[in-house]
Amino acid sequence: MKAVSAMMAGLLFGAGLCISGMTWPSRVVGFLDVAGAWDPSLAFVMLGAVGTYAASGYWIRRRGAPLLASSFERPAASTLDLRLLGGSAIFGVGWGLSGYCPGPAIVSIAALAPVTLVFMVAVIVGMLAAKRIV
Amino acid sequence: MSFLTSLAGGVVIGLASALLLLVHGRVAGVSGIVGRLVDGRRDTVAIDLAFVAGLIGAGVTFGMVAGDAIGPAIMTRWSSVIAAGLLVGFGTRVGNGCTSGHGVCGIGRGSPRSLVATLVFMVTAGVTVFVVRHVLAVTP
Repeated sequence: MKAVSAMMAGLLFGAGLCISGMTWPSRVVGFLDVAGAWDPSLAFVMLGAVGTYAASGYWIRRRGAPLLASSFERPAASTLDLRLLGGSAIFGVGWGLSGYCPGPAIVSIAALAPVTLVFMVAVIVGMLAAKRIV
Repeated sequence: MSFLTSLAGGVVIGLASALLLLVHGRVAGVSGIVGRLVDGRRDTVAIDLAFVAGLIGAGVTFGMVAGDAIGPAIMTRWSSVIAAGLLVGFGTRVGNGCTSGHGVCGIGRGSPRSLVATLVFMVTAGVTVFVVRHVLAVTP
């Protein structure tokens, strides 16, 4: 039951990424290329996602507890620190270079393109390195 | 037209994130979910694996229904592919989130940390695209 609902959420999330255009690295980079032929349409992805999540999340949290778990996950850290700023800055460089953030890259595994598969292996290696180094 | 499909896709992403919150109480942050799998976390492995399988399943399904659901990679050099992957994996783990965890769920619940993180990675991504396209004028 837990796995089925989580898979449903993943399917829906991936569907949203496909519908929105986030699975096209050229469009992502077109959105980030403010100085070039800027394509602002992907800003509406964030607008739709944040708006929907903010409204529904407010009502969900008011329930007190999730349906199949004892409590809501609360991110531990609450202050701005060098890890947050530095890590986010590094992630942005990789995102700008590739046009892939983690979600769309995983959805794109389905196309079995060698570039995407090697990219995801490098993502995993980068995550392992982060655990070891920082 | 692309504005409308982008908005609609965003709403679907928001609903999917809300579903994970409602049922499991978890943040739909893709780098966090993959990171837990990479770390070998046992307590969440079933949910995390199922979510990732769903993401790939969506790619398979949309790839079959709409031929242009998944665009081609823009990178042509293996050095870029590996460097970009390492940066995304390392940065999202150190910064504790990516476009979904910070950009959608974090901002959606009003977290100042996530808002700052999102602004930071948007800016460095934009600067990177500017340097690659307009300063160096190369294909990554």
